[in-house]
Amino acid sequence: MQFNQPAGDNLFDNARLIGRPTPRIDGPLKVSGQAPYAYERHDAAEGQLVGYPVVSTIAQGRITGMDTSAAEAAPGVIGVVTTLEVGEMPTPSGMHTAPLFGGAEVWHYHQAIAVVVAESFEQARAAAALVKVDYDVTKGSFDLEAVWQQKKDDNSEPVARVGDFETAYQAAEVTLDQEYRTPSHSHAMMEPHASIAEWQDGKLTVWTSNQMIEWGRQSLATTLEMDADDIRVDSPYIGGGFGAKLFLRADAVMAALAARKLQRAVKVMLPRPMVMNNTTHRASTIQRIRIGAQADGKITAIAHEAISHTLPGGSGEDAVDQTRKFYAGDNRLIVKHLAEMHLPEANAMRAPGEASGLMALEIAMDEMAEKLGMDPVEFRTVNDTQVDPENPDRTFSDRHFVECLRQGAEAFGWVSRNTTPGGMRDGQWLIGHGVAGAYRGGPATTSGARVRLQDTGRIIVETDMTDIGTGSYTILAQTVAETMGVDLDAVEVRLGDSDFPVSAGSGGQWGAASSTAGAYAACIALREQIAERLRVNDPETLSFANGAVNAGEKQVTLASLAADGELVAEDSISFGDFRDEQVVSTFAAHFVELGVHVGTGEIRLRRMLAACDAGRILNPVTARSQVIGGMVMGVGAAMMEEMAIDTGRGYFPAHDLAGYEVPVHMDIPSQEVIFLDTVDPASSPLKAKGVGELGLCGVAAAVANAVYNATGVRVRSYPMTLDKYLDQLPAV
Amino acid sequence: MRQFSYERAIDPAQAAARAAEVEGAKFIAGGTNLLDLMKLEIETPVHLIDVNGLGLDEITETDEGGLRIGALVRNTALAADERIRRDYPVLTRALVAGASGQLRNKATTAGNLLQRTRCPYFYDTAQPCNKRAPGSGCAALSKGAFSRQLGIIGTSEACIATHPSDMAVGMRALDAVVETITPTGLTRSVPLEEFHLLPGDTPERENVLMPGEMITAVALPAPVGGVHKYHKVRDRASYAFALVSVALIRQPDGTGSVALGGVAPKPWRSVEADAELPNGAEAVMARLLNGARPTEENAFKITLATRTLAAMLAEE
Ligand SMILES: Cc1cc2nc3c(=O)[nH]c(=O)nc-3n(C[C@H](O)[C@H](O)[C@H](O)COP(=O)(O)OP(=O)(O)OC[C@H]3O[C@@H](n4cnc5c(N)ncnc54)[C@H](O)[C@@H]3O)c2cc1C
Ligand code: SF4
Repeated sequence: MQFNQPAGDNLFDNARLIGRPTPRIDGPLKVSGQAPYAYERHDAAEGQLVGYPVVSTIAQGRITGMDTSAAEAAPGVIGVVTTLEVGEMPTPSGMHTAPLFGGAEVWHYHQAIAVVVAESFEQARAAAALVKVDYDVTKGSFDLEAVWQQKKDDNSEPVARVGDFETAYQAAEVTLDQEYRTPSHSHAMMEPHASIAEWQDGKLTVWTSNQMIEWGRQSLATTLEMDADDIRVDSPYIGGGFGAKLFLRADAVMAALAARKLQRAVKVMLPRPMVMNNTTHRASTIQRIRIGAQADGKITAIAHEAISHTLPGGSGEDAVDQTRKFYAGDNRLIVKHLAEMHLPEANAMRAPGEASGLMALEIAMDEMAEKLGMDPVEFRTVNDTQVDPENPDRTFSDRHFVECLRQGAEAFGWVSRNTTPGGMRDGQWLIGHGVAGAYRGGPATTSGARVRLQDTGRIIVETDMTDIGTGSYTILAQTVAETMGVDLDAVEVRLGDSDFPVSAGSGGQWGAASSTAGAYAACIALREQIAERLRVNDPETLSFANGAVNAGEKQVTLASLAADGELVAEDSISFGDFRDEQVVSTFAAHFVELGVHVGTGEIRLRRMLAACDAGRILNPVTARSQVIGGMVMGVGAAMMEEMAIDTGRGYFPAHDLAGYEVPVHMDIPSQEVIFLDTVDPASSPLKAKGVGELGLCGVAAAVANAVYNATGVRVRSYPMTLDKYLDQLPAV
Repeated sequence: MRQFSYERAIDPAQAAARAAEVEGAKFIAGGTNLLDLMKLEIETPVHLIDVNGLGLDEITETDEGGLRIGALVRNTALAADERIRRDYPVLTRALVAGASGQLRNKATTAGNLLQRTRCPYFYDTAQPCNKRAPGSGCAALSKGAFSRQLGIIGTSEACIATHPSDMAVGMRALDAVVETITPTGLTRSVPLEEFHLLPGDTPERENVLMPGEMITAVALPAPVGGVHKYHKVRDRASYAFALVSVALIRQPDGTGSVALGGVAPKPWRSVEADAELPNGAEAVMARLLNGARPTEENAFKITLATRTLAAMLAEE
């Protein structure tokens, strides 16, 4: 199905199931421990061996020798595969920067360099500790501040330049020029990377935990230099990813190499302390923002320049991206610098670009509002735009950012807050309120599905779409049940298997909009088949309800249509160029109330509220869960999450969940989410967009702005740990 | 994890004797610290002596009017004990500020005193660490290292790690005494103040226990009264080790005792600093943290300790 023009009125406008609060259908399996995750697929392959990774302990250099004899002689050990014996292997894809395995070169700390395979996990782990490695160490550079100092004045190669920023900024009545810092973040999803691999007759099956099945399959084919058709990847349940599992990672490669060498099924999990340096992370950034405005608050000049680190050849963090579209202003300058460093690979993490970019931009907006003497809600409202500021001929498909601000402010009771920073106390707590805006693109991409009507009237939907905890199972069931006129429990959803049609996968918050459209396309194909069977020329004249199809006077049950064998239909949705001719995006406003302890500087949240504009909300239960989860992650980014860099050794030393703190229940008080009642016909046939990343965007800045409002101390460096402002707090 | 053998001790004297007899033996109590360290091969005992079944899990009254806490009393049981809550509330508060409910159900009094540091380099066996591998150097003191969590006082050129226990900080404010049994069956009592050692040149030596010596109890003197508080400051609201923690016992006349956690290789307290309590937080910390040698990253702990105590004193 081609989606070549905005959706007209369709069945989703009078929906029975889409848009209804629907508890996730995979919930019972998960809470009863019956949903098998990758490492627990004990029945998937017989005689599984366990591989334990050996990782590099230098940041940069070459391996000059490896001695595996002691490991090989250890109890239970079946074999060892080393990076030297397999030699250099291709980098898995254009989206990877460093190779995952193979060869003598060390790109980063904890790069996988061997896997020790034994009968049991304990034996493999003990033996892995016996592998001896010699290195030739190269001295690396790991200090982002130093590179920033060299590069920050060079804006000769901007990402975008509109009008004359410098002149407009000079002429502006009110100006702001500040630097902001965001640290590296770890995805810290619950389930670490894990894979089981098995070879049979030259064909490889990998049971794994991966957000993007087809990317994973193609990357395996590239890495192992084999035909993708000989590879099957299966990942029905995923314990979170946040981008860490967008790409093939070393667990799968090591499992595949070891299984091939040993002719047995092998499973490999990355132990938690390896995840942070072995896999990817969100890069740290330094950002400079300049804003010039007229006294009435209208922005006339805006510049956003940022640097982030990346391995050589990588693309870094796109922290400036949202600033190209979020607010109006005739004169604009956008610059992105890269600092090449041999830290572990920086790559996508939930809301890549926007998450860090808005952490800076939305503090800057708060600072600017204060300079102008304006309410920060009003200042943002004044600078709303309905067109792409870099190209005013391009309009937003559907943008209600101002309504997010208004409805959010209303529900939160924004007007009654204290507006004097440091001016509100409750015992030893300084109370503050903050607001921030959120912007995140609303992409959609080709997505396929197959539907199979059974003689029981049940419908099975198969797609390689993944559910990373987001609710894909449920919204796909809703979509199919809606389109085919059956009950929700008449639909069975099968996901994450590369034998199924290729879907959009889960990433960039494109999954929900794309995959439901793909399932819809397959259902329409099935409806066409049914029309043919019933010898009805125009399938549109058929109506589907209560497990039956009505053709004029005639009513036939779906079950009877499949009485002689299942009906199978497959299709995929593809999105036409018209979609890119507009800006399809999602918006939100976040409000936070918190206390800062006047003595210790500890921050305790009191309440949070988000108002979101993300097109049709397919399922308010799962969508809310996405948004509140994003808000928790935003609190983490504001208050504690940081992968500190050892700039001498070139790695993240606090690489476990004791060192990398994420919020606990006690950090998160009441959370409220409002979804605006909007639909975006330009986005998809269901008029839906994503919310999974939107929920995170802007949250940290709302916390930061509330801390300022509470204390009168402006912190421009995340996380806002108390050491950064303690000495500026008032006396106890 | 290396292979190891295991036995259940019969009584404390036998446990101590066996521990001295078998080279590379270690006691195991709740196992919440030891097992984690064994998995990472930071601890590599070849033999484990399980001391759980020795009847050391009771809290009894002493002749001096205090309490004797058995070495195997779980942190949860200790924190919930009515007598502790009534007469030594600083200890309950310190305990419940530590770890999580599940961990406290397993963690024991002795194990808690002997838990090892949380320095990130101690945990990464690829890095130099004098405490883990004597003589290898201290990664935390090298240029560019991450030292925000580490110690500011009582540290040395060889090691700047802290002792992470909360319980011990509460006990230190209460003048607790550690009771042990040696491999030859002798018992001795060591004031908690003298129990943990400062690192000096030998950061791998963390306490005064002799090989095989086993902790049997911790004794608390008769209740001292006063208002008891424990404020643990950290980056999140729960389930994190202290940046700084302050145990405070304050009498109606303004005197009392102050012990700090998160700043030193042992719970940090001094009589001279206690004497300054009537003069306020600044005066106490000027004494208590006199001679502190923080890194650039953790110098804030001095301000934090001072402000935390000031806030505790200012509260009703
Ligand atoms: C995730 C996590 C978070 C934590 N957070 C905190 C926190 O916030 N605050 C805090 O204070 N603690 C915290 N802890 C540490 C916890 O308190 C300790 O692990 C626990 O107290 C250790 O007690 P255990 O009985 O399990 O000791 P074990 O692990 O059994 O033993 C520890 C050591 O003591 C020795 N030992 C045990 N019993 C005896 C004995 N009778 N005589 C001589 N030696 C003995 C063992 O040989 C071993 O060396 C945390 C731990 C974890 C895992
Ligand atoms: S501070 Fe102590 S524990 Fe940490 S690396 Fe140095 S020697 Fe090891």
